[in-house]
Amino acid sequence: MTSLVTTTGVTCRYASASASVPPIALPDLHIDAGQHTLLLGPSGSGKTTLINCIAGLQSTLSGSVVVDGVDLTKLSARHKDRLRGSRIGMVMQRLHLISAMTVRANLQLTQRLIGAVVNDELIENLARQLGIHDKLDQYPRQLSQGEAQRAAIARALVNQPALLLADEPTSALDDANCEAAVGLLLDYARLCKATLIVATHDARIKARFDRVVQLGAR
Amino acid sequence: MSIAVAYLREKKLSTCLNVLLLGLGVGTIIALLLLLAQAEQRMERDASGIDLVIGAKGSPMQLVLSSIFQVDIPTGNVPIAEAAMIIAEPVVKRAIPLALGDSHKGFRIVGTNPAYLDLYAGKLSSGRMWARPLEAVLGADVARATGLSLGATFAGTHGFTEGGGTEHGTSPYVVVGVLQPSDSVMDRLILTSVESVWQLHEHMDHDKAATEHEHEHEKGKEITAYLIQYATPLAAVSFPRLVNASSSMQAASPAMESARLFQLVGVGVTALKGFAVIMMLCAALGIFVGLMNALDERRADLALLRVLGAPPAVVVLSTLLQGAVLGVLGVILGLALGHAGAEWVGQTYAASQRVAIGGRVWVQQEWWIVGGALGLALSASLIPAWRAYREATPELLATR
Repeated sequence: MTSLVTTTGVTCRYASASASVPPIALPDLHIDAGQHTLLLGPSGSGKTTLINCIAGLQSTLSGSVVVDGVDLTKLSARHKDRLRGSRIGMVMQRLHLISAMTVRANLQLTQRLIGAVVNDELIENLARQLGIHDKLDQYPRQLSQGEAQRAAIARALVNQPALLLADEPTSALDDANCEAAVGLLLDYARLCKATLIVATHDARIKARFDRVVQLGAR
Repeated sequence: MSIAVAYLREKKLSTCLNVLLLGLGVGTIIALLLLLAQAEQRMERDASGIDLVIGAKGSPMQLVLSSIFQVDIPTGNVPIAEAAMIIAEPVVKRAIPLALGDSHKGFRIVGTNPAYLDLYAGKLSSGRMWARPLEAVLGADVARATGLSLGATFAGTHGFTEGGGTEHGTSPYVVVGVLQPSDSVMDRLILTSVESVWQLHEHMDHDKAATEHEHEHEKGKEITAYLIQYATPLAAVSFPRLVNASSSMQAASPAMESARLFQLVGVGVTALKGFAVIMMLCAALGIFVGLMNALDERRADLALLRVLGAPPAVVVLSTLLQGAVLGVLGVILGLALGHAGAEWVGQTYAASQRVAIGGRVWVQQEWWIVGGALGLALSASLIPAWRAYREATPELLATR
């Protein structure tokens, strides 16, 4: 199987850390296309940093991060943005929905930003599957944490990415919604033959993944 | 664009205040421009073909305003015999007499000769020119406003204000002609022969019950002013001096007095324009502060655009567009306010002074104001846009 994500010898420094703080070394990863991987570990184990490196949001000090055959450490910021927009969908730990726009407008904007035509049917379908169909015309501040999390998942899926990254996507969800959200991520990944990497400390979803990478505490 | 509009809608109060401030600044300047340009155009049109005005001594500006623009009280009257000697000078090509003093419903009655119509290319729309005393030809605006038509009679009133003087009720005028609109002062005048004015005021001299107010025509054959056209441009050097030195009259140059008037009015206009510019600058500052504050609040949102694949230009544009949208709204409001304000001033002024100005015109300088206001709004958003470009990077979200 071809590798979609490979990280080799990556060291980096937390973005908020000063230069005197020693860099951290991230584990080498080799994730095949279409594989569903869970990065499981307690807080501070580097899950988010690893996800950010793969998404090109975190600068590295050494090593390489190859996504879809492209070494992100050698790409310009603009090219990284373009690759991320067209190939990667992300659910971030803090959801970062745009507060001035409705859920529908957030999803439409995500499509427009990569130059795609707005696909309202896809947006409606995603929202229905995630149980937020009746929330599409509401603003993020009008949503519960769980609804907002599902809106963020919808945003990650709306451009039908080849690589889906999710950082603690179930942290605010009860068991039923946790099951639904993970189910949707996995269903989407299977249907579109997308690669899914989920970083979490939530062991409830461990059994649903092909592969679990256990990260230790630092 | 959608994100810029969404952000502006989210901060409705701040958006409205910035638009209002910019609109008020633009509106004030536009209104001043419209009024000044029209007044200048009007004055130029009304004074064209007139090189000099001669009349009773007093303020030269008053003489010009009362004789050409018909907006002030005349300086007095001069004996026609003395005036006849002056206008007989060979440098005078044409001298059009003016006998003023009466009005009807606020419209001035001007005793003159048919050459006055030539000044403004006046043409009759109906009827004929006056042939005998107490026959009158109405300007187009007068006919429309008073409803007088051919054959109708009306009484002149002593003085220039509506209902303010004694009515010459025993000697009514008869309307024998109505003029076509000429887009000049003539539209707002009632024209008759000089003899009509003399006849009315001779009659008044004998009427002991007449007004107590001083009357300019009480002394019989007098004239209020002459509008002079030179036979040669060289006359501009010697003729005014001759009038001032050798007669009881004064000479006033319309060009000089108009320039002096604009110079006087200009001080107030400049102050008002300065105030409007300060308002526009305040609006720009408001836009700048609003966008800077918004940037602090929305840095993560802007960084998210990059995370979602938008190039940095989109982040910059979304900030610039907010300034541009505010600018466009401010300019639209300003144009509406400016034109409505000019129209309002025109209506108010027209009601009292019969001067045709308004807001339904467009002057070329407005483009400069539109461009300037938009440029100001865009300039105010340049630094926030630059900061957005520098600070709202995808890496920002890695720390949040």
